[in-house]
Amino acid sequence: MAGIFHSLVVYWTALPPAWQLVLKSVAGIIVIMVPLIVAVGFMTLAERKVIGYMQGRLGPNRVGMHGTFQWLADVLKLVLKEVVLPTRANTFLFLIAPIISIGTAFAAWAVVPFDNGMLLSNINAGLLYILALTSFGVYGIILSGWASNSKYAFLGAMRSAAQMVAYEIAMGFALVGVLMASRSLNLNQIVLGQSGNIWHWYLWPLLPLFLIYFISGVAETNRAPFDVAEGESEIVAGFHVEYSGTAFASFFLAEYANMILVSALASTMFLGGWLSPFQGLGDSFITHSSIAWFAIKTAFFLYCFLWFRATFPRYRYDQIMRLGWKVFIPITIIWLMVEGVLILYRVGPWFA
Amino acid sequence: MNRVRSWIKSLLLVELFQGMGLTLKMFFMPKSTILYPEEQTPKSPRYRGLHAQRRYANGEERCIACKLCEAVCPALAITIDSETREDGTRRTTRYDIDLFKCIYCGFCEEACPVDAIVETSITDFHFEQRGEQIMTKEKLLAIGDRYEAQIAGDRAADARYR
Repeated sequence: MAGIFHSLVVYWTALPPAWQLVLKSVAGIIVIMVPLIVAVGFMTLAERKVIGYMQGRLGPNRVGMHGTFQWLADVLKLVLKEVVLPTRANTFLFLIAPIISIGTAFAAWAVVPFDNGMLLSNINAGLLYILALTSFGVYGIILSGWASNSKYAFLGAMRSAAQMVAYEIAMGFALVGVLMASRSLNLNQIVLGQSGNIWHWYLWPLLPLFLIYFISGVAETNRAPFDVAEGESEIVAGFHVEYSGTAFASFFLAEYANMILVSALASTMFLGGWLSPFQGLGDSFITHSSIAWFAIKTAFFLYCFLWFRATFPRYRYDQIMRLGWKVFIPITIIWLMVEGVLILYRVGPWFA
Repeated sequence: MNRVRSWIKSLLLVELFQGMGLTLKMFFMPKSTILYPEEQTPKSPRYRGLHAQRRYANGEERCIACKLCEAVCPALAITIDSETREDGTRRTTRYDIDLFKCIYCGFCEEACPVDAIVETSITDFHFEQRGEQIMTKEKLLAIGDRYEAQIAGDRAADARYR
């Protein structure tokens, strides 16, 4: 065993540095992607369970213990299904659209810090990178809607695109607030800027921006109550009506990966990421910052996604637009001004 | 003033948080799901499920081929042929119920003067081939023999109201 390990080390050092970098990155990508996909699987199960519980039902409970393996069964079903190509669809765009969706949803994870310094690429413009990639996700939706050559898919794509563009702005402004508070675009730096204790989190000075960020995140991922992109009675499933099998699974995966991303970013930027909420209160295992706190915070936001879906009736389309353009954007702008004043006069533990 | 108050209320998402409180409470409430094959909902002794033909305690079949059930059946699901046996009593040679025609109204049971044809509280039955839905006399008697205790129990429980 030690011999094998030793020869592996020899091979590794013999590799050219460029190859070492590629191999390291691929290993990092796999280490992030596999748990993410498993998390998406469990998220679909949790969704059905949580909504069931809130409606007085039990949800899936037959496959495995209490339905633990229901998601595996669902994945197996989707993978074994045929990918139907509509006759007059633009095949190239039709097939590349889900790849764009899933690619952007996964690529954004490169800059999310799981623990201090535990991130795939510690780039300075992390926040900018995330904004760019989440905006790019719209292309997957528009392309899929157009390439399907179906009026329902097209209408659904137009709806989601308009909604995503509208909420992108409010979301961007909310992130500008974080940027002003932390004076850094690097997500690792943003979390470190919140260290101290629970009152140092940006949640408190940026409370309205936090709420707007999270609500916009729900709208960005086209989740209930902002799920007008799919309406069974009007436009069936929205932009992905014509997709089946693995192609549909990619959209599904992208939607859930985006949900997890929004939750992870919310906990990173407003709730101090991996920082323990009991930081600075003595020395025990709960006061230590670790990836577990990051996971707990993210899980809480994910629960909120399901909670919203079980609680709220969906918005009408014009109400969504009104909320995005006429409520969120003015509030964010006003709060940015308030924050500017707070920074100018060095208020509180945040801007001292 | 009212407008200002409702404006503030909607801005602070008061009613949305109230709704979320309700769903959170529901999350922890006991669930009303019945895990079907393991658990079943309670059934009335009057439940009208699968049919059966009963026998007397000495093993003699009850049915005397009076054909009242055939006459009363609104779906014309029952077909009866009869003969006179050597001991002079009248019995059926054929007693078919087509379960695809049957509407499970229970009139046959009500019409029967000797409590021969009954509807049991059995709900789980299925047919795999065409023709199996015709319940012949043998099949009905077999069901009756098998579930006699349950059938008699249901009748006894409901005796006061019959």
